[in-house]
Amino acid sequence: MSSNFKRIARLKDQSFKYFGLFSTFFGLIMLAIFISSIFSQGISRIDWDFITNFPSRNAGKAGILSALAGTLWIIVITALAAIPIGIGAAIYLEEFGKKSRLGKIIEINITNLAGVPSIIYGLLGLEIFGRIFGLGGSILTGSFTLALLILPIIIVATREAIKAVPNSLREASYALGSSKWQTVKMTVIPSASSGIITGIIIALSRAIGEAAPLIVVGALAYVPFVPTTPTSEFTVLPIQIFNWVSRPQEAFLVNASAGIIILLGITFLLNAFAVYLRIKRNVKY
Amino acid sequence: MLLALKYTPDYTLNFLQLFMTNRKREKLIELVLAFCALLTVLTTAGILFVLVSEAIHFFSEVSIVDFLTDTQWTPLFAEKHFGILPLLTGTLLTSFIAILVALPTGLTIALFLNEYSTVRFKNIIKPILEILASVPTVVYGFFALTVVTPFLQQIFPSMSGFNSLSAGFVMGIMIIPYVSSLSDDAISAVPRYIREGSLALGANRFQTSFRVILPSASSGIIVSAILAISRAIGETMIVAIAAGQQPRLTMNPMVPIETITTYIVKVSLGDVAQNSLEYRTIFAAGITLFAFTFLLNNLSYWLNKKFEKKYV
Repeated sequence: MSSNFKRIARLKDQSFKYFGLFSTFFGLIMLAIFISSIFSQGISRIDWDFITNFPSRNAGKAGILSALAGTLWIIVITALAAIPIGIGAAIYLEEFGKKSRLGKIIEINITNLAGVPSIIYGLLGLEIFGRIFGLGGSILTGSFTLALLILPIIIVATREAIKAVPNSLREASYALGSSKWQTVKMTVIPSASSGIITGIIIALSRAIGEAAPLIVVGALAYVPFVPTTPTSEFTVLPIQIFNWVSRPQEAFLVNASAGIIILLGITFLLNAFAVYLRIKRNVKY
Repeated sequence: MLLALKYTPDYTLNFLQLFMTNRKREKLIELVLAFCALLTVLTTAGILFVLVSEAIHFFSEVSIVDFLTDTQWTPLFAEKHFGILPLLTGTLLTSFIAILVALPTGLTIALFLNEYSTVRFKNIIKPILEILASVPTVVYGFFALTVVTPFLQQIFPSMSGFNSLSAGFVMGIMIIPYVSSLSDDAISAVPRYIREGSLALGANRFQTSFRVILPSASSGIIVSAILAISRAIGETMIVAIAAGQQPRLTMNPMVPIETITTYIVKVSLGDVAQNSLEYRTIFAAGITLFAFTFLLNNLSYWLNKKFEKKYV
């Protein structure tokens, strides 16, 4: 009787072990299936013409030049806007306003913002940047919207990195007669830099994959030109892919897979770089 | 002193130092930094302002009772109905399917990595699992439409080309790492002595996991489930691509539906005149979405704070 109980208990234990192993790889196996099907569909479609052509009604001649250019514009301006503000906010929260009431309110607020759906940021950008600032559906509107979207990610990552800087470093800096800002600038930020950079890369890779908020602020689906100024209209790679997916013809689905291979290539490279930096940092401390 | 300043390579600070004392400069820098932090509060205020001001215009033309009880959503048709229920059920249906996939899988992963696997395996697998969350959502939408739906159609021949089942399933895969990492935090917070006490009584790893660890970590696990739901509700591109664009009050996962987020994307892609009632519907839909995620996020924040110091 008792040995029977034990046998059943051991059986459950063993089966859960294999179930756990299966669950761990379940999502990854699914992703592998997806990606291999995409590759078999799209890899032969990628050639130099695909990268240097404008979108076209003819699926065989369509390319992603304007989408790639738009993505590049958006990412550069988003980074220029979000990085200084994000790092500045994190420095304030960790080094200056830690115990203040304002600091507490801002902290709760950031937790909340991180949970706001990206499409709501689109509605914000549409009204504030697009209408009130009068920027319309321009690259600037899109970039500012994405900058607000990734700000919480940068702030949280920077705060974590600053927290990990040992207090002894700060005290050593004060002992040498540095002021608070000098300590932050010359001691804290350089020590936290690899963690901050990891956070920035992850945030930017998130911004590269976003389509919904940019559709809402008025990015175009069909852009047969390369944007030359930040006030120009634009499209980005995820929107171009979405546009191709929404068409009924098979040939456009092939274009979509080819576009996805390039988009995935960019995001995986960025994430791999972030993981590499994180591992390197773990060794350092 | 001035000479020393002259030869510091830090020109920007020198410029400031010419005009103000060190203390004033420090104060100015602190103010600039505080403004950066305050910008996040302005963002929240901006979201509330935009949603509320447009929604007020909307509700001055459409009664809030109709909005909440009408069972049809047809703002772009000749015969207009403004009932949010079909969009809401569409959103909840896809989110429910996603949670059905992500919660058991994520929770099992968290238990397995903490109670069964080696620390080395856990450290290697966690960043790899994060890959699932880093894939852009248009890509997942494409998967749902071109891989999962055709596969499911072989099992259920009556299934429509657009449906909430494949969209929800793929969304579930996307949020697995989200659930597993939040549950992992909750499970690793259970102190060692509780685990060892159970093992000392002769319980094996399975019994310890399910009768001791899970109950002890339950509040944290509830938080992870709530945050995952909130994440699923706001997801846009997967459902816009794979779940269809037909508002329908149904719980049938085989037929096309429309979620709140899909509706906003659909209107944004079309050309609806600004300041028209049709234009304002996206803000009415948006404020509904925001209210749901806001409540869920705050509930999880509150639960987290309440149970944070359980074992300290």
